[in-house]
Amino acid sequence: MDCVERTWDPTSAVMSPAIELRRVTKRFLTPSGGIYTALRDLDMVVEPGEFCAVVGPTGCGKSTTLALISGLEPASEGEVEVFGQPVNGIADGIGYVFQADAVFPWKTVLENVAAGPRYSGASNRDARERARDWISRVGLSGFEDRYPYQLSGGMRKRVALAQSLINGPRILLMDEPFSALDVQTRSLMENELLALWAASSASVVFVTHDLEEAISLSDRVFVITAGPGTVKSNYKVDLPRPRNVAEIRFQPHFAEIYEEIWKDLKDEVLVSYERQKRSGAA
Amino acid sequence: MNADTEPAERPLPDLAAGRRRDAQRRRLTVAGLRLLLGVVFLGTWELTTRLGWIDVFFWSQPTAIAAKLWIWITQGTDLGPLWDQVLVTMEETVGGFIAGSILGIIFGVALGRSPLLSDVLGPYIKAANAIPRVLMGALFAVALGLDIRSKIATAAVLVFFVVFFNAFQGVREVDRNLIANARILGADERRLTTEILIPSALSWIIASLHISFGLALVGAVVGELFGATQGLGELIYAAKNNFDTAGVFAGITLLAAMALVAEALITALENRLIKWRPQAVTEARI
Repeated sequence: MDCVERTWDPTSAVMSPAIELRRVTKRFLTPSGGIYTALRDLDMVVEPGEFCAVVGPTGCGKSTTLALISGLEPASEGEVEVFGQPVNGIADGIGYVFQADAVFPWKTVLENVAAGPRYSGASNRDARERARDWISRVGLSGFEDRYPYQLSGGMRKRVALAQSLINGPRILLMDEPFSALDVQTRSLMENELLALWAASSASVVFVTHDLEEAISLSDRVFVITAGPGTVKSNYKVDLPRPRNVAEIRFQPHFAEIYEEIWKDLKDEVLVSYERQKRSGAA
Repeated sequence: MNADTEPAERPLPDLAAGRRRDAQRRRLTVAGLRLLLGVVFLGTWELTTRLGWIDVFFWSQPTAIAAKLWIWITQGTDLGPLWDQVLVTMEETVGGFIAGSILGIIFGVALGRSPLLSDVLGPYIKAANAIPRVLMGALFAVALGLDIRSKIATAAVLVFFVVFFNAFQGVREVDRNLIANARILGADERRLTTEILIPSALSWIIASLHISFGLALVGAVVGELFGATQGLGELIYAAKNNFDTAGVFAGITLLAAMALVAEALITALENRLIKWRPQAVTEARI
């Protein structure tokens, strides 16, 4: 695990990592008045253009990590920096694909995708033009005037992707974006995500509970401990690119990496499982 | 998604045509039963009054009501041409409905957005909601005079609370994910309100409009009872003073017709404004 101490220097913004979390702790107030610690002393560094996956057992604070990076939630302790700048509210250049459907149900596909440019001040015509381009890039041409309820789950995810990517984010945060999709649609979407990412220079933080998905997509996998979450270890995934997600799983090296990470992850999953059983029995 | 029709070996039974036939048959059944119910009701009323089982002086009878309506239409009412009375009440109702709805939406959205505001104003609004608000009509008649303003105010007060509570609840129930997504995409507070909160609350608000038009009508008519020179409420009031029960029922019939037309218009507005919602599979609304 590399834990290089960095000192922040405003003149060397180019050198700074895309995302850096230092000894970050996040506590929530529970409705009953107690304090729930979601993350404790978490350190994480994501380089510019890197595709990182974050795996860990249920309830380990994976989604909270994304909320901290995006600025939707402030950290209770520690520092969160994006391109060398401390995160203080929602910053520009962040894309976020949510786990649940977050496309706007009262907007058509075109209006949904055009929302980002419009919010950042583009003219209606310009925004629509760019939206059409992105709709065709995610393979939804011809569906511009449909409402989300008229689309399948996979198509809604494509809308969500286009909606995020149209803003040209430098950092793309994805919270189990494909977990609700069927297996075939999922591997199609994974390949398309890789193609879209390769054409951009964005760093990606991809939260998932599926280790196979994590390895096949990413350059680096962070394993988070059972809650309160902290980084247990991180692994470089040195599989060649471009990858075909559906086939890369059959490579012997994939299996080696999988085994190595799984040894780490397994303990955490067991801890989390035991805890759930106990709280369920209580 | 869309079921692609593959070339079938054997001709499939035409399900769509069957379903259309069923729907057609059901529409006819409903229309037939509606007509039957109306005829039975009016027929019984007419018959029992003619037989003297029910006193026609107090309860009037359908033919007398129809005759009264015909006189109003052809010769005008005691207050002037019938159309003027309908128009006056319509103006009062629609004015109160619009004013009350707009105020209700503004306050509902504002309080839904601001926990501080809703905590501070909450008890006052609940208290105001608890009093019988039609009585405000008496106050308005004194304060605003006997012209159209006091009726609009009475109708607006009745409409306001219904729309307010629905708009408030609608804003409170907005999906947190949608707000987070809009903020990430760069929406400022104004855009968040106009593009996320209000559209999301719209289904709640529109549902409340169905009820509140009826309330606006109540407000306008009650306002007229507290003092007016024109309008259907005043017409009913005048008929009552002359022990003219046919006139009372004729006025009520006109009010009912107005409410039905308004209901159809609101439904059309609803279908237009929330076309993004999946069509309900069954028709549950009356």
